[in-house]
Amino acid sequence: MNRMRTRLVVLNVLVVTLIAVLAVRLWQVQVVRGIEYVSAAAETRTRGVVVPSVRGQILDAAGQPLVRNRTALVVSVDRTSLTRMPRGGQEVLEKLADVLGRPVKLLEKRIRSCGPGVTRPCWPGSPYQPIPIDETVTTREALQILERQEEFPGVTAEVQAVREYPHGRGAAQLVGYLQPVTQEELEKRDGLKAAFSGVDLVGRDGLESVYDEALRGKPGLRRVQVDRLGKVIGVEQQVAPVSGDTLITSIDGRVQAIVEKALDGAMKRAPKADGAAGVVLDARTGRVVALASAPGYNPAIWTGGISEKEYQDLLSDKAGRPLVSRAIKGTFAPGSTFKVSSVAAMLRSGYPLNGTYGCPGSFMVGDRPFNNFRGIGLGTLSLHTALVKSCDTIFYKSSYEQWLRDGGLHPKKPPRQPFENTARAFGFGRPTGIDLPGESAGRIPDRDWKKDLWGQTSADNCKRSRTGYPEVKSASRAAFLKRLAYENCVEGYLLRPGDAANFSIGQGDVLVTPLQLAAAYAALVSDGKLRSPRVAWARVRPDGTLVQRIDPPVTGKLPISEKERAYIKNALSQVASDGTAAGAFSGFPMDQVRIGGKTGTAEVWGKEDTSWFASFAPTEKPRFVVVAMVSQGGMGGSTAAPAVREIYEGIYGIKQPAALPDGKPVSKLPMIARDGTVTR
Amino acid sequence: MTDRTLLARRRSFTTRAVGAQSTVWRLDGVLLVSVAALCVIGTLLVWSSTRTWAPGSTGLVKKHVLNLAIGAALCGAVAMIDHRLLRAYAPVVYLVTLVGLALVVTPLGTTVNGSHSWIMLGGGFAVQPSEFAKLGLVLMLSMLLAQPAEGTDRPRALDMVFVLVMAAISMGLVMLQPDLGTTLVLAVITVGGLVIAGVRKRWMILLVLTSLAGAVAVWALDLLEPYQVARFTAFLDPSVDPRGVGYNSTQALIAIGSGQLYGKGLLDGGQTTGRFVPEQHTDFIFTVAGEEFGFLGSVTVVALLGVVLIRGLKIARQCEDRFGTLVAGTIVCWLAFQTFVNIGMTVGIMPITGLPLPFVSYGGTATFANLIAIGLLQAIRIREQAFN
Repeated sequence: MNRMRTRLVVLNVLVVTLIAVLAVRLWQVQVVRGIEYVSAAAETRTRGVVVPSVRGQILDAAGQPLVRNRTALVVSVDRTSLTRMPRGGQEVLEKLADVLGRPVKLLEKRIRSCGPGVTRPCWPGSPYQPIPIDETVTTREALQILERQEEFPGVTAEVQAVREYPHGRGAAQLVGYLQPVTQEELEKRDGLKAAFSGVDLVGRDGLESVYDEALRGKPGLRRVQVDRLGKVIGVEQQVAPVSGDTLITSIDGRVQAIVEKALDGAMKRAPKADGAAGVVLDARTGRVVALASAPGYNPAIWTGGISEKEYQDLLSDKAGRPLVSRAIKGTFAPGSTFKVSSVAAMLRSGYPLNGTYGCPGSFMVGDRPFNNFRGIGLGTLSLHTALVKSCDTIFYKSSYEQWLRDGGLHPKKPPRQPFENTARAFGFGRPTGIDLPGESAGRIPDRDWKKDLWGQTSADNCKRSRTGYPEVKSASRAAFLKRLAYENCVEGYLLRPGDAANFSIGQGDVLVTPLQLAAAYAALVSDGKLRSPRVAWARVRPDGTLVQRIDPPVTGKLPISEKERAYIKNALSQVASDGTAAGAFSGFPMDQVRIGGKTGTAEVWGKEDTSWFASFAPTEKPRFVVVAMVSQGGMGGSTAAPAVREIYEGIYGIKQPAALPDGKPVSKLPMIARDGTVTR
Repeated sequence: MTDRTLLARRRSFTTRAVGAQSTVWRLDGVLLVSVAALCVIGTLLVWSSTRTWAPGSTGLVKKHVLNLAIGAALCGAVAMIDHRLLRAYAPVVYLVTLVGLALVVTPLGTTVNGSHSWIMLGGGFAVQPSEFAKLGLVLMLSMLLAQPAEGTDRPRALDMVFVLVMAAISMGLVMLQPDLGTTLVLAVITVGGLVIAGVRKRWMILLVLTSLAGAVAVWALDLLEPYQVARFTAFLDPSVDPRGVGYNSTQALIAIGSGQLYGKGLLDGGQTTGRFVPEQHTDFIFTVAGEEFGFLGSVTVVALLGVVLIRGLKIARQCEDRFGTLVAGTIVCWLAFQTFVNIGMTVGIMPITGLPLPFVSYGGTATFANLIAIGLLQAIRIREQAFN
């Protein structure tokens, strides 16, 4: 028994040692390193959830929504937790597909990241945030998912605000659209990166993009306790979200609709038309009353994942690239609408305002004849009539003379370039600065521009001048192209006399956007001041407090005297009644409201003419400037002018109820009450 | 049967005649109080860890209390029996447990939580025969080793061979389930019994070498399930796979560590409420103690278990007959191994093995077996003290 006792004593020592080891280890884990584990516990046990703020509405000048929110039940999938499951969460997806009544293949596609070679539907946002896969869930379906959370790990269903477009296709390019935030954007935004909600969308175009910060508001943060399965079991901390501001625009929903309808009609009338744009400005303030581009599309297709076909349609030439707003991004030769700038240039160069000018059928610019429209001579004219009847040769002559005065092909001194510089003073050749993204600058083809272009293209032209155009079938055409390439190779940097002549009537290389033209006409017919147009009118908190009033800033002054301005305006006032637009406006009650304007028919090589009409009304004290442009629409007087007539008929209520019964743009901001209701 | 045992039985009858009161006075009070305290703490922890399973769910706590009551009754009953009488019936007890183990392997056995070690009794009750197999082996090997070789105080060689064969049968059946943890407990009981019985050191060395060779063979022949290998790898480096195998140990450490010195208070453990540690009412119940009672509370649990073990060894040392000493000693080996491995795995110093914490973890059969073991310790103490 003694031996056993001895061994039991050894065992006792062993047991005491083991107990001591445990106690020491506990001290180490709980007391020495305890604080480390406290933070580790907080990390595993709680999760920051961004509570999305309600995005602000976009209202029209009457307080009617252009974009509003509707609440929808949205089912989202957390891809990170799916990948941790066996078979990549395939089972969960299958069950989900069953509940939602959708093919599992579709769900799989919607949670893939977009990238090269991945066609839509796919997820363009950050892969680390929950991916919404169904925005049209019924309460029953949502409950099925929420009540069996253990069967659907990583899947949530929650009420979210979804964008709604009460005007359908209306103002689509203007308001823009929302898309999920991308990983790069997330990384730029500090603080929110770690815990982002799947509903965080970013404005991608139009007002949604420019006023993104204001509309978005400030998302709230909720720190929730979760269990092992990620199920929320309590809230630890909550910072309420701040709703986004409401954006009141100067757009009038009714006028916008009228413009869109008129453009659609014009497109139908001109069989080859491939696009159109319409701009209505408040002539006095520079606010945008309507801004439309055809063809349009319904921005609702962005909500809830766009399909590959829909997406390609938005981008394709065949569908007319409806995503692009031609009013601010489309650049076209302005044709005769540009002559207001050329008249101003003439006056600046010393041509008398009340002088008489010969308008022959043809004018020799250098060794090349430049013809009037249809080669018809109109005799001797005042500048007034030159504008009304749209004579070309007067402008060819004066522009050629100025070109010669500058030194012709090889100017000695720095050239004055009065036609080009006046055009710049009218706002052409640079963006107007409107509060919309992606605006084009247009193009003023002066001597410097020619040099730059030559620098970029001479190598190619010189090669072509040697190799010719063997791929061109017609021999004469190939020979012409080769000669052209040679000319451009050798002296492409020169502003030729023909370039100067073409420029004066808005042809050749000059390009403008419909909005630039509208802004220039607004300056011309109001007070001579050029303004940067604005769509937004005011930022207002949801409770009605005014945050910021947005006014179109004055960006320049037209380089003509008041007298000259009045003279040009007066000439334009006769176009619709006696000039090139008389046909389009025949029968229009000019005694009720008199319309002024200028037609434009710009030739485009290999295509139909671009049809323009830039107008204003009433001619006495203009309230509106309306510009319509139809690409490949033909004559200005036959396609664009009738569209403009339709717009005025709608605004003033001719043979229909008036959109703006008092004949002027809304001048008072709509009032938003504390509860969000809108009153005028 | 020797004269001695017959004598002992007569004595025990007289003892009983003297009255229950005197028997109660001879109980080891410290041991009893420690075990009772552990059971109470265990009940609180089971409540804390299972109350969030469903709103107002108290089902498991009630069942746990019922298990404890039955266990207490069994403990009392066993304490009443003269342990020397058990020596006579040890082979029967052992055989019954073997039958139980064998039944598990038949279609009567059921798989719960991936472990095929249960027999369903109906009415929601189930037994885990491997728990009773520990008791069976304790009694069987104590009986075999109690008779020393002629003129020595070392066990007979033939008895040792028998012991190894019996142990191998039990362990083999448990391995079939497969239950690595219980197999290791049986191995520890066997080695412990042999050491206490006074086996020569060279035999022990030989045994240890054989075991090592066996372990190497098991490894080399791929007899372990992949998850068992993975657990071991994860123990050596939990960061290998913190979401998979390493998850348990990582989460257990986080729960215990975040309790710090004073703990977060009963029912206030966020990790427990969130059920981040799997099996937290059974094998990982110590994490609940660690989180909610802090270092002070968890070290108390460790201390109480230490007291139980040391009192058990004291009973073994004070026992006059070899059988009683061996029973008490091997029970201490069993409980000590389970205590150390269980708590050790929650604090990251032992690999993860499916072993419950004695007296604290939820689990009917384990509770019964543990409390019967305490009953045996008390029985040994009662009998020895009376005639010292």
